[in-house]
Amino acid sequence: MKILVFVNHVPDTETKVKVSADGKTIDPAGVNYMLNPYDEIAVEEGLKLREKSSGEVVVVSLGTDANKETLRKALAMGCDKAVVLKDSSPRDSFGVARALADYAKEYSPDIILCGKQSIDYDDAQVGGLVAEMLGLPSISVVVNLDVTDGAIVAEREIEGGHEIVHSRLPAVIIAQKGLNQPRYPSLKGIMDAKRKQIEERVVSAIKPRVEVLAMKKPSAKPPGKIVGTDASAIPELVRLLHEEAKII
Amino acid sequence: MPKFQGVDYYNIDALLSEDEILVRNTVREFVDDNVLPVIEKHNRAGTFPAHLIKQMAELGLFGATLPAKYGCAELNNVAYGLMMQELERGDSGIRSFASVQSGLVMFPVFAFGSEEQKDYWLPKLATGEKIGCFGLTEPDFGSNPGGMITHAEKKSGGYVLNGAKMWITNGTIADVAVVWAKLDGEIKGFLVEKGTKGYEAPEMHGKHSLRASVTSELVFQDCLIPGKNLLPKTGGLKSPLMCLSQARYGIAWGALGAAMACYDAALQYSLSRVQFDKPIASFQMTQEKLVYMVTEITKGQLLCLQLGRLKDQDRAKFTQICMAKRNNVYHALEIARTAREILGANGILDEYPVMRHAANLESVKTYEGTHEMHTLIIGEDITGIAAFN
Ligand SMILES: Cc1cc2nc3c(=O)[nH]c(=O)nc-3n(C[C@H](O)[C@H](O)[C@H](O)COP(=O)(O)OP(=O)(O)OC[C@H]3O[C@@H](n4cnc5c(N)ncnc54)[C@H](O)[C@@H]3O)c2cc1C
Ligand SMILES: Cc1cc2nc3c(=O)[nH]c(=O)nc-3n(C[C@H](O)[C@H](O)[C@H](O)COP(=O)(O)OP(=O)(O)OC[C@H]3O[C@@H](n4cnc5c(N)ncnc54)[C@H](O)[C@@H]3O)c2cc1C
Repeated sequence: MKILVFVNHVPDTETKVKVSADGKTIDPAGVNYMLNPYDEIAVEEGLKLREKSSGEVVVVSLGTDANKETLRKALAMGCDKAVVLKDSSPRDSFGVARALADYAKEYSPDIILCGKQSIDYDDAQVGGLVAEMLGLPSISVVVNLDVTDGAIVAEREIEGGHEIVHSRLPAVIIAQKGLNQPRYPSLKGIMDAKRKQIEERVVSAIKPRVEVLAMKKPSAKPPGKIVGTDASAIPELVRLLHEEAKII
Repeated sequence: MPKFQGVDYYNIDALLSEDEILVRNTVREFVDDNVLPVIEKHNRAGTFPAHLIKQMAELGLFGATLPAKYGCAELNNVAYGLMMQELERGDSGIRSFASVQSGLVMFPVFAFGSEEQKDYWLPKLATGEKIGCFGLTEPDFGSNPGGMITHAEKKSGGYVLNGAKMWITNGTIADVAVVWAKLDGEIKGFLVEKGTKGYEAPEMHGKHSLRASVTSELVFQDCLIPGKNLLPKTGGLKSPLMCLSQARYGIAWGALGAAMACYDAALQYSLSRVQFDKPIASFQMTQEKLVYMVTEITKGQLLCLQLGRLKDQDRAKFTQICMAKRNNVYHALEIARTAREILGANGILDEYPVMRHAANLESVKTYEGTHEMHTLIIGEDITGIAAFN
């Protein structure tokens, strides 16, 4: 089975991000980057599929040389091959999907896996866009997956419940938290990954359809208020929630 | 507490390779996910979290610098050090387990063992299927192990061991003990398997330090072991000391991890704790303490990094390893004590890691050569005069 996984290189969840001087992008100075957590789940699922049915797992990431760090981690987890699509020009989700879809078209995988969103810009569009560009079915927010003889049974997380859907390969599977528990790369895996080549391809910039005008931090939260510390404060708390916060 | 982000005041990460950073971050994550949530409970109960052995083995933490043909990761020494740093950020007991298994059991089998011993033991020790311990110290011989009483006698069918070891990490849970004993007056290493007649390994109790680690006595009474259990290439005190050099190197890095955990806790606490209407981090005395901590951690990092690079080129002198162990453990303990002060009364609670680290580091300062002994070893090296006898 040819398994293709899209992985993004994103700021660490614990990093305090700053907006750059241009007011439109994140200042990369002092920011730790990591493999996007949802994509990590997609990688794990790809590895599990390979363990079940043999074949290869290829990871691909769009960005710069810096993305190699994330690809290296995916290789250390056990992926067979990694490709970096190099282009540092600004891209919207459509542009990202275009580059990934072009690569996928050439590779022609049996299955494409990706995370439901990147935790940097949270657009949550790439998986669906790629499927559309390739004319493939896509199943989003997948929390359980079975692929047997080309038949897919996937469980999707939906508001207030779960939905079971059937489809056939080739397809795009968009991973949600809960699909699996990603493995740690083993130290041996890390050393093996060091010996694996990361293929580099330059892709040409495309005109974004969406333009970022400004990026701002959320305004500071006003300080909290302690109404009291025992049961006698409850009436006042209820009154404030009702009259001031207007939430009850 | 927010997730640990590392301490890197001097941009030392820029001196590390991609795979060294990945090793560190992987072990860091492992410790955050698996060690920190359970360690206080084990420390309180005085038990070793044995369920972690299999997970640590799967990650490849045991014998991590040894050749791949034994199932090991073949890391360089810097990556190995960073791994030890992160383990000890969790707890000195966890790092001790890995140090003993790797530096004090797998290393001597690798360096002094026969091909048969290596092929049999190393893969099993790497996967954690077998656990090892290292018996050098005796009740009456600690800093002066050369005086050991434990001895072996050649008999038909093998060797007969008599004597006792004390303070042996992992002793009770070990499947195999690397035991140092005198054979015709010369120190030799022997492999003693659990269950051998005449060998007992009772656990020692009542420790205020390294509580999440098993410490034991090893008792040998007319214990007959097969002739093939002699480590053939051992000879003299130099052999166990070579093992200690291996483990001390890991300790030098490990101590940095414990120090980082304490510094991180103290920094966070001082920013949120308000006294006299200000965060205590705003007081000059608190700042001086924090600056001391981060400065010593930074110096220790540079000491270890250069030592690791020398070790990778096979150019590290054992006295240089002594210096890193001596310095880093000394300052780690001072940092832990200082962090405890910054946390005020909260510092004594096990809700925070600092008092546990401070207590652990008391052992770390003593084992693998006490602070004083390392002083004397370096003293001898630079003056040419031995002051210890
Ligand atoms: C938790 C723990 C785990 C351990 N695990 C192991 C293990 O796995 N295997 C193992 O073999 N050992 C182990 N040890 C033993 C450890 O290595 C010894 O405790 C250490 O070598 C010191 O020996 P000692 O305790 O007998 O102290 P002593 O040698 O009696 O020293 C007491 C004090 O005297 C000082 N001193 C001694 N000689 C001199 C001198 N010439 N000049 C100045 N000062 C001197 C020492 O520095 C020390 O401060 C462990 C110890 C602990 C606490
Ligand atoms: C076991 C135990 C028993 C106790 N028993 C009692 C008891 O019976 N009754 C009782 O009332 N209390 C008791 N205490 C509380 C004890 O007196 C306080 O812990 C102590 O006064 C310190 O206060 P704190 O812990 O809140 O630390 P903090 O006041 O928060 O201080 C934290 C750190 O900041 C430093 N700091 C604070 N202000 C400044 C400043 N302006 N400049 C420089 N540094 C500063 C402190 O020196 C300390 O290092 C007990 C504490 C313990 C641990």
